[in-house]
Amino acid sequence: MTEQTSSQNGSVATDRSGEDLETIGQDAPPAEEKAAPKPAAKKAAKKGVGPTGLKKIKTRVPVGPRERPTVIVDNLHVTYKVYATGKRATGRNAEKKGLLARTPGVRRAHEVQAVRGISFTAYEGDAIGLVGTNGSGKSTLCQAIAGLVPAKRGAVYSEANPTMLGVGAALMNDLSGERNVILGGLALGMSLDEVKSKYQDIVDFSGLKPEFLDYPMRTYSQGMGARLRFSIAASVSHQVLLIDEALSVGDRLFGQRSEERIRELRESAGTVFVVSHALPTITKTCNRVLWIDQGKLIMDGGVDEVIEAYTEAEGA
Amino acid sequence: MTSILPIRPETGASQRAAARAAEYGLVQLGGRPPLGRYIKELWARRHFALEFAKSRFRSANEANRLGMAWVVLNPLIQAAVYGLIFGFILTSNSKPHNYTAFLVCGVFTIGLFSGCFTDGAKSLVANRGLVRTLHFPRAVLPIATLLNKLMELVATTVVMCVIVMLTGEMPQLDWLLIIPAYFFLALFSGGIAFVAARLTVHLRDISQLIPFINRLIFYLSGVFYIVGNRFGDRGILGKVIEANPLNVYLSLVRYAMLEGIRGTGPNQISIDATTWIMAAGYGVVMFVVGFIFFWQAEGLYGRD
Repeated sequence: MTEQTSSQNGSVATDRSGEDLETIGQDAPPAEEKAAPKPAAKKAAKKGVGPTGLKKIKTRVPVGPRERPTVIVDNLHVTYKVYATGKRATGRNAEKKGLLARTPGVRRAHEVQAVRGISFTAYEGDAIGLVGTNGSGKSTLCQAIAGLVPAKRGAVYSEANPTMLGVGAALMNDLSGERNVILGGLALGMSLDEVKSKYQDIVDFSGLKPEFLDYPMRTYSQGMGARLRFSIAASVSHQVLLIDEALSVGDRLFGQRSEERIRELRESAGTVFVVSHALPTITKTCNRVLWIDQGKLIMDGGVDEVIEAYTEAEGA
Repeated sequence: MTSILPIRPETGASQRAAARAAEYGLVQLGGRPPLGRYIKELWARRHFALEFAKSRFRSANEANRLGMAWVVLNPLIQAAVYGLIFGFILTSNSKPHNYTAFLVCGVFTIGLFSGCFTDGAKSLVANRGLVRTLHFPRAVLPIATLLNKLMELVATTVVMCVIVMLTGEMPQLDWLLIIPAYFFLALFSGGIAFVAARLTVHLRDISQLIPFINRLIFYLSGVFYIVGNRFGDRGILGKVIEANPLNVYLSLVRYAMLEGIRGTGPNQISIDATTWIMAAGYGVVMFVVGFIFFWQAEGLYGRD
């Protein structure tokens, strides 16, 4: 269980995208917003599917068109090497050997299994929500689908070039907003001409006052920074799009505008993955939900069933 | 920017899924593209590499009151410190002619190498967030480091020329020879940056050793003395230290910049065609080897 302890600390398994500001306001109570539970969900809840994932239930519901697969994830395992410190992280051996094991000369690499054998197929037109507690492996799964984190075992097959909607890591806080728009655009793979032609759109969408674009980004408020990052990231459209906690940025007006933009991106993209703790966001934007816990797929099915079972298990 | 590899199921993947993926033209991601396509993808990202380097260059100084002036001030102070130590405190009788200029040329030139080595090693691990969110050939990062250091070099070279003139040397056409010398040094340093970047990903501890390796190279490569003077009579060891790539580059730059140093006397440097061939050889070989070494681990760079 040591592995899970370290991965659930969050810093290991989730906080990698460099986008740390996008997690504001996810605590909306989801249970009330739901439609009448379907029988399948009730069954799932009765069987006692908990966060420990004793039972793995697959409910295949025909949602959306099912003709063309866009992403096939086949028995995917992703592990991280961590040089852990402290007694807990060194595991059982530490207790046996006492003090010596805590201060070894060469620390042994500790493997954190973030994703442990997930398989599913995503189809064209799918908008798939990923739910699970912090450190359950959602973000890692996204990164693996995007081809950014290599698979330890298994494989991910995908159409074209899956893109993460996130650009925060490329931006530099000491530079002006203007330079960051250019840098971010280039980082996303646009050509210099494309960036120039999209520059005004990006700025307009962000709704930032022109004078702020000359100030360094570190002077921006959280919301302003998030607006600019979202505007840059959302300026590209791709066939497979992964959105990791990017939906709740900025104030309410900008929130509405960004949800609209995401819907547009969804329409032009073949398949969208949405990671969010805000369940209303998922019910609003998705047609299928994967519930992941401790790196394993607990449930895969229609929004209502899975969310129902998930909230039941979480609330218990 | 997709990495299209022939579909072959890895350990744990089923043949059935692979066949299905092949049927719909899906590809496995995150692998390593063949070298030719890798270079093409890299070329397509040249604007990103340049903008990234420029941004680093700017943001490094933006927060300071004096801003970009530090690009020039930093090497000036560096030269002053070394001048104080080696010119006044650790004095020796056999100093080369025009020691100030000699020292400045040495310190500024080796700065390109040590900068690429130090920052190149950090280029992947420090940008882990970027590597884990966006697709691009990872070689962009060490290359951006090299470009960044070259931008600094332009500034320091201007300072170097001014200092050399202040010490009484007259500008002359020979000074232009530093351009090919720096070109080969840049290739060499870029190759080192590739190697250091990959090794640091495998073993983070290397970044702890780099300052010491840099120091050792600094003292062994004749930044403040002429290698031939010190090690000329040491047989094979002397030959090895003289063939040290950095000594070769330093000699080329000093030979170009300082008229009084040219010759075969005890405190002089002589260069010939062999020196240039060595400079070019070291540069090209190191860059190519470093690049291929880096490319071989592409696809593993997101893992830790």
